[in-house]
Amino acid sequence: MREALENIDLSPLFITMKTGIVSIVFVFILGLAAAAAVMYLPGRVKWVIDAVLTMPLVLPPTVAGYLLLLLFSLRRPVGIFLDSGFDIRFVQTWAGCVLAASVIAFPLMYRSARAAFEQVDPQLIYAGRTLGMSETAVMLKVIVPEAAPGLISGGILAFARAIGEYGATSMLAGNVLGKTRTIAVAIASEVSAGNFDTAGFWTAVITAIAFIVILSVNLITGKGMKKISGWL
Amino acid sequence: MIDISIQKQLGSFRLDVRFRSDRHTTGILGASGSGKSMTLKCIAGIERPDSGHIIINGRTLFSSDERTDLKPQKRRVGYLFQSYALFGAMTVEKNIMAGAKGSRAERRERAAELIRLLELDGLEKKLPQQLSGGQQQRTALARLLASQPEIILLDEAFSALDTPLKERLQYEMLNILSDFDIPAVIVSHDRDEIYKMTEDTVIMHGGRVCAHGDTKELFEHPKELETAKLTGCKNISPAVRTGSRTVYASGWGCSLETSYEVSSTVKFVGIRAHDIEACDGSAVNSVRVTEERTLESPFEVTKILRTDSGGELWRKISRDERLGVFPKTEYVRLPPECLLLLE
Repeated sequence: MREALENIDLSPLFITMKTGIVSIVFVFILGLAAAAAVMYLPGRVKWVIDAVLTMPLVLPPTVAGYLLLLLFSLRRPVGIFLDSGFDIRFVQTWAGCVLAASVIAFPLMYRSARAAFEQVDPQLIYAGRTLGMSETAVMLKVIVPEAAPGLISGGILAFARAIGEYGATSMLAGNVLGKTRTIAVAIASEVSAGNFDTAGFWTAVITAIAFIVILSVNLITGKGMKKISGWL
Repeated sequence: MIDISIQKQLGSFRLDVRFRSDRHTTGILGASGSGKSMTLKCIAGIERPDSGHIIINGRTLFSSDERTDLKPQKRRVGYLFQSYALFGAMTVEKNIMAGAKGSRAERRERAAELIRLLELDGLEKKLPQQLSGGQQQRTALARLLASQPEIILLDEAFSALDTPLKERLQYEMLNILSDFDIPAVIVSHDRDEIYKMTEDTVIMHGGRVCAHGDTKELFEHPKELETAKLTGCKNISPAVRTGSRTVYASGWGCSLETSYEVSSTVKFVGIRAHDIEACDGSAVNSVRVTEERTLESPFEVTKILRTDSGGELWRKISRDERLGVFPKTEYVRLPPECLLLLE
């Protein structure tokens, strides 16, 4: 066992964290923008767009991964176009890890941001406007600070989902050691190879990360928890 | 000073408000759902009327004919929300500065001045949730004054407060409005608030103005059913004109003499609970009643009485009047000069 642990290649940890950090930058910005944009849409259109944006959360990740693979395969138009035109490839590459993790984590950020925006009292927005604040000032000084706890906890949850992504990542990016093998993918392949010690090590690492993430969400949204304890 | 005409369709509800007022304080009294808050929101530019005009101090804020529709930012209308709408992430000072214009130094100076005037000293660095209700209202008012509005709109500003604080803040508000010499429109469902705080009153019902006039005059001589109800008249009966100075009140089953000429359009007759007097049965307008229940308040007693025809009359007696000496069955007199003839 000692021998097994001493010979572990730590690259999955770095690939996982790198994927998580790059994904969350995209997901945070896109999720926020999508939530803000959807709020201004008229009723029925809103519910359809909302359903589409939430799909990756409810679909099995392998389905999302398969669809991404179909779309970006180097034998299909979009894949060929991106490869020949911009030298961008998603299949079996680290960019694929980021894309898969981003697609799966996006709905968590989007829905958290929407819930956070919807909780902002419209009277605060009206107050800002009647006081003469510009629309940009109202957004940056009133809406975002009021929604901040929800936005941050949404971001942390999306980050946690991104670093734990397995299904879509293994379909699109595959399992190349040192390139696309993340911790979640590593655990699956170590178990199937019978290396339970190494699988156990990675399980401990990912469990610790998950625990820290949930703890930090709780610290940020602590006020809400206090309210709930008042019911008991 | 204020000249508005607002038409707006909201589902099956139609808002059609027209009034002018050049008094310092104007009240809008109405039950919930009468459209009074919507009217204020239209003046502030939070809601957009379908048609009409809104002119404040000669400045057109909205006009469907001239295609004018100023943004809320350009209207210089100060809106005081019932919940005060303070920005939770900003300190008292930052909240007030958010209303002011100019450079950072100018805004800070303006905030410091208002903090002193509204006695918020020492609270500059506090967050809104650390303040008492009264301090929150003063902060909201300071922020609003910092934006130098031409008119202030109070939307049920005192409705959520308990009585002692409410009376204190109403008094402070009147002082501030006269010190800063800013006209105000005060919306409320509370007749005491409107009576205390305004010179001019608009009564709203079902999206329309049903009466408008000098506040004292309107409360003393209401001419419409809704005005009588909203100004606190407890006893109202359908009425038919039977002579130039007599009506038959079908709800109470009695004929009544009045001190005023009865018009042919009269539909109801009313009398305020504290105007009803006890009598021996031989007086003019006396009605035989049975006492049903007594409701006691700290400073007055309400007797709920039933007439022989089954109608109900509420009589209020202040505490110092011979308390507890009433016989169970009595006659009451509805003084002719106190009868309200309503359309």
